[in-house]
Amino acid sequence: MDGLSAGAPRRARSPFAKTAWNNRYLLLMLLPAILYVVVFSYLPMAGIVVAFKNFNYQKGIFGSDWVGLKNFRFLLMSNKLWFLTRNTLLYNLAFISVGMALEVGFAIVINELASKRFKRLFQSFMFLPYFISWVVVAAILQAVFSYEYGLLNGLLSSVGAGRVNLYADAGPWPYLLVAFRAWKTVGYGTVVYLATITGIDPELHEAASIDGASLIQRIRRITLPCLAPTMAIMFLLALGQVFRGDFGLFYQLIGNNALLLPKADILDLFIYRALSSTSDLGMASAAGLYQSVLCFATIMAVNALIKKLQPDYSLF
Amino acid sequence: MEGTTPNAALAPGAGRPGKIAGKIVQRDRAVFCAAGYALVTLYGLLCVLPFVLVLVTSFTSEAALMRHGYTFFIKEFSLEAYRLAFRNPQRILWAYRNTVCATAVGSTLAVLIATMTGYVLQRKDFPQRNKFSLFFFFTTLFNGGLVPTYILCARYLKFRNNYIALVLPLMFSVWNMIIAKSYIKSIPFEITESAKVDGANDVLIFYRLILPLCKPLIATLGLFSALAYWNDWYNTLLYITKEERMSLQYFLQEMINSIQALKNLVSIGATVDASLVSLPQETLKMGMTVITTGPIILLYPFVQRYFVKGLTIGAVKG
Repeated sequence: MDGLSAGAPRRARSPFAKTAWNNRYLLLMLLPAILYVVVFSYLPMAGIVVAFKNFNYQKGIFGSDWVGLKNFRFLLMSNKLWFLTRNTLLYNLAFISVGMALEVGFAIVINELASKRFKRLFQSFMFLPYFISWVVVAAILQAVFSYEYGLLNGLLSSVGAGRVNLYADAGPWPYLLVAFRAWKTVGYGTVVYLATITGIDPELHEAASIDGASLIQRIRRITLPCLAPTMAIMFLLALGQVFRGDFGLFYQLIGNNALLLPKADILDLFIYRALSSTSDLGMASAAGLYQSVLCFATIMAVNALIKKLQPDYSLF
Repeated sequence: MEGTTPNAALAPGAGRPGKIAGKIVQRDRAVFCAAGYALVTLYGLLCVLPFVLVLVTSFTSEAALMRHGYTFFIKEFSLEAYRLAFRNPQRILWAYRNTVCATAVGSTLAVLIATMTGYVLQRKDFPQRNKFSLFFFFTTLFNGGLVPTYILCARYLKFRNNYIALVLPLMFSVWNMIIAKSYIKSIPFEITESAKVDGANDVLIFYRLILPLCKPLIATLGLFSALAYWNDWYNTLLYITKEERMSLQYFLQEMINSIQALKNLVSIGATVDASLVSLPQETLKMGMTVITTGPIILLYPFVQRYFVKGLTIGAVKG
């Protein structure tokens, strides 16, 4: 510190100012991130008041008139809130559970495979879908499911079965959405779990097999318990967003298709639609606040619960 | 692998029939591995084949596609999709320019900010570092949502049709910062300490001593960010309407949608310019997908090693 104090000004008298001055370079390095978070995270939080206002573009957020709970009343009157909330929640729970089961499963299986080459090849194959955007997934989907030329319908008609028009039939979409979401994200999660498995002390496994434990027993009694903390963290983090849908997935794959929306409409699509037809902006902001509060309440409640049951697994 | 069976056979009696256990273990394992290879191969194909389908179709003539539908084999080789895509290349070139620039500028800044912030927050001698960490972490628990963010960016920060809309929104992520923090934590604090004793300031220490030790971290964060920028269509959707300022993925989406809209028009019997209908629509879609996604996929084999390594870093939670 001595080398730096040469230029220290006389006014740095109070302990706070002194500490700040002594750490001025560190604070300087922190500044861009702090500015960024203030502007793009904390200012929008203050902007939440727009949910209680009749937003007027000219007047701005703070100039617009207060309307109390009118936006929320509109939101409730749209009669879709329960439906959208349930859809969003159920889709996310399906994404989380299917995703985690596949990720942990693949990680365990890959870890047991002998051929290193094969392992590496498979990992890179699995990662491929992670690299593309939902726009490209939508294009692939058309190639596979298109009514006239799609791969699936080609196969179906070649075996004499009838064609299916998936873009007009909402029934299978909940499964398709879960499948495509898993397809795109499982590669990433698998590598995370695989890293944790590789970190398990091999002596544990050796000792167990000396005692005659079978592979399945070892997986159940050693590998899975060792994965539990990572799983808990991943689960908690996902749960914090459980009322926030994957907008990219739903927007690109479902979008405005009125035939599919009854089974695949979520809060985020609703909010986006309301936002883009500017007359519903108030309702969109009310729905957004509702969503943020739900997410926050969920993560706080679940974290508190886990802290009580298993303090090691809690997030904070 | 080698350790299991011999060891089981060597197991001291102690009331356990070691040999039988060994056999069970072996059979168990063989079944598990066979099933494992089958499962993994199947899933691997499921991941790769869609890409093959897109690539193959983009090199097929539209006429063959009309006859046979989408297949995994090139029935009639043709470059017409690419020729058509580049007949009026202006929009592709604009989109390419925008996305390449946004990716280059954005990910450089993103890596710099994430590592810098991570470094400061893991410094043991930085006062109130936990409060600062909470200040960042809180934003992952609660946020204002789309509408206030949109109003802020569109009305106050002038994002509309502005290039900053393609760069700023993806420039900082708390998750990347946490990855950086836990990676840098593993670098001995003594490096910082002794440099301080020698009178170096913190910026210099970070830039000269810490950053050079962070190559895998930089590679990983750079990749994450580059991927986010390259695949971004969302911010164009929200803020950009001028064709020359759109991102690549948004351009792809718009093109696919307009082909679809054209088809729908034809199918309800609307009169559409015949020259438009005769365009190779399906193969053009696939060709454009290849053109817009190609670079990031081509990059993949080269960076894959770092990527997996980097994820491992992220998994080791500090």
